[in-house]
Amino acid sequence: MVLIQQIVNGVMLGASYSLIAIGYTLVFGVLHLVHLAHGEVFMIGAFIGLQVVLLTGGGVTAAISAAAASAALVGVLVYLVAIKPIRARKGHFLAPMISTIGAGLVLQELATRFFGGEQVGFPVQMDSHIWHLGGVTLTSVQLVILAVSLGLMLALHLFVTLTRVGMAMRATAESMVISNTLGIRSERIIILTFAIASGLAGVAGVLVGMSFNSISPYMGVDMGIKGLAAMLLGGLGNVYGAMLGGLVIGIVEVISVAYLASSYRDAFAFFVIIAVLLFRPRGIFGSTDHVEA
Amino acid sequence: MLDPYTESVLIFTGINIVVALGLYLPVSAGLLSLGQGGFMAIGAYTAAYLTTELQWPFVVALLCGGVMAGLVGFVVGLPSLRIKGIYLVIMTMGFGEIVRVFFLNFEPTGAASGLGGITTHTTLPVVATAVALTLLLCFQIRGSRIGRAIEAVREDELAAEVIGINLTYVKVAVFGLGAAIAGIGGGLYAHYATFIDPAQFGFQRSAEIFIMVVLGGMGNYAGAAIGAVVVTVLPEVLRLGHAQEWRMTVFGALLVAIMIVRPWGLLGVRR
Repeated sequence: MVLIQQIVNGVMLGASYSLIAIGYTLVFGVLHLVHLAHGEVFMIGAFIGLQVVLLTGGGVTAAISAAAASAALVGVLVYLVAIKPIRARKGHFLAPMISTIGAGLVLQELATRFFGGEQVGFPVQMDSHIWHLGGVTLTSVQLVILAVSLGLMLALHLFVTLTRVGMAMRATAESMVISNTLGIRSERIIILTFAIASGLAGVAGVLVGMSFNSISPYMGVDMGIKGLAAMLLGGLGNVYGAMLGGLVIGIVEVISVAYLASSYRDAFAFFVIIAVLLFRPRGIFGSTDHVEA
Repeated sequence: MLDPYTESVLIFTGINIVVALGLYLPVSAGLLSLGQGGFMAIGAYTAAYLTTELQWPFVVALLCGGVMAGLVGFVVGLPSLRIKGIYLVIMTMGFGEIVRVFFLNFEPTGAASGLGGITTHTTLPVVATAVALTLLLCFQIRGSRIGRAIEAVREDELAAEVIGINLTYVKVAVFGLGAAIAGIGGGLYAHYATFIDPAQFGFQRSAEIFIMVVLGGMGNYAGAAIGAVVVTVLPEVLRLGHAQEWRMTVFGALLVAIMIVRPWGLLGVRR
């Protein structure tokens, strides 16, 4: 029973990692680029969500929608300002990575400036209810986190498999040149990809704020690293891999805290990754396409 | 005599040049690493522990730090035979995190509260010597047999292997050597900062070193050195005048701008 409870807790934590990892993987899918400001976009989402709660007294729904919208906007801006011009000039393949680090620095500094450098609490008005399901305890906050993140993943799955735009996204990720010749406006698809990726990160920001009840301008780095790890575990560019990778890392982290050494929690995820990479260098679901990148 | 502020900027610049060259070596063989902060930490902690706790002479301790980081580098370099590109970047990033968490929990070196009371041994002449020796080493390598092997591996691994280059040997050697140089840089840093804690060697440090090499241009040693100078001196220049408060914001924005204007690096060659 204790183990089941730990796994439930792990899924809760991991679902947020998954949302962030999906963003990395969507961007990597279309541009073959590691978007190193993604963690900061997540952080901005969390702060905008908090502001909405504080200023308007809005509930969870308002916080999540505002966070998603503002993060999507910031993400698209990062693309337009820091990535697109470099792609247009055909620079070194690492150049956009450096400029996203720069963009991340700017976002972090701006957040520190406007919201202060301290950790702040994340008050969410919600009637807290506790359910006991055969020894497993669930609070209403946890249920919301679980429902929102799993719901969004399902929605994303339906979007990319069933809609025309989703199909265009997959085609662009497959090959930008060919999808261009087929009449897909890949530039719009890229912007849409950034909006979706960043929006999901913004939602994750609010969810993480709710579950830890604290956010800070510096949390983007840590969560960003975890999200990258989750993406890598699943295989670069694979959306379902990112979902699973996030859950695995969340569960490993929670279980390592419970049964091994809590002070090493941030390292266990990486031990798992290095172990996986040694035996399967392209991640769990990854194709061999990017191994030579 | 220089005033203390200028001297400290020069010393940090020197240390960063050493560390950037340490990353340039594996990069020149096509092995990217976002975990150089971890190797710096190993070198810094080893050297600082030896001088403070065991009263070893500074130079010996510094070299031991380098050797230690180099040995770990060999081990970390082994998977690089199979893991490539972005995967290697993220794996080394994970390694950096593991090192940080290790020192966060390692009691003999003060765990989370850090290791203090380190005597200042890193003076300007010491740093200048270190920079000169590292540059000399890099130029020696470039002209040598192994230097040409490194270049061949970067351009085309398969072809390099066909003409009889031992891939395993070249990759692991170059990764280990880069790690050792980062370790020496870490030792120099520890003996100037006089206090080290794991947070100083986190992802931000690794990213900073990575920025130096890419910003400078990945084509040559001088590029890495120039990148190190820019990354160290630019935030200091921004302290002047009214930019003080916005200095890191401006620095971030300038990084973006430089990559847009010269996407192949400051001294890099367009391919």
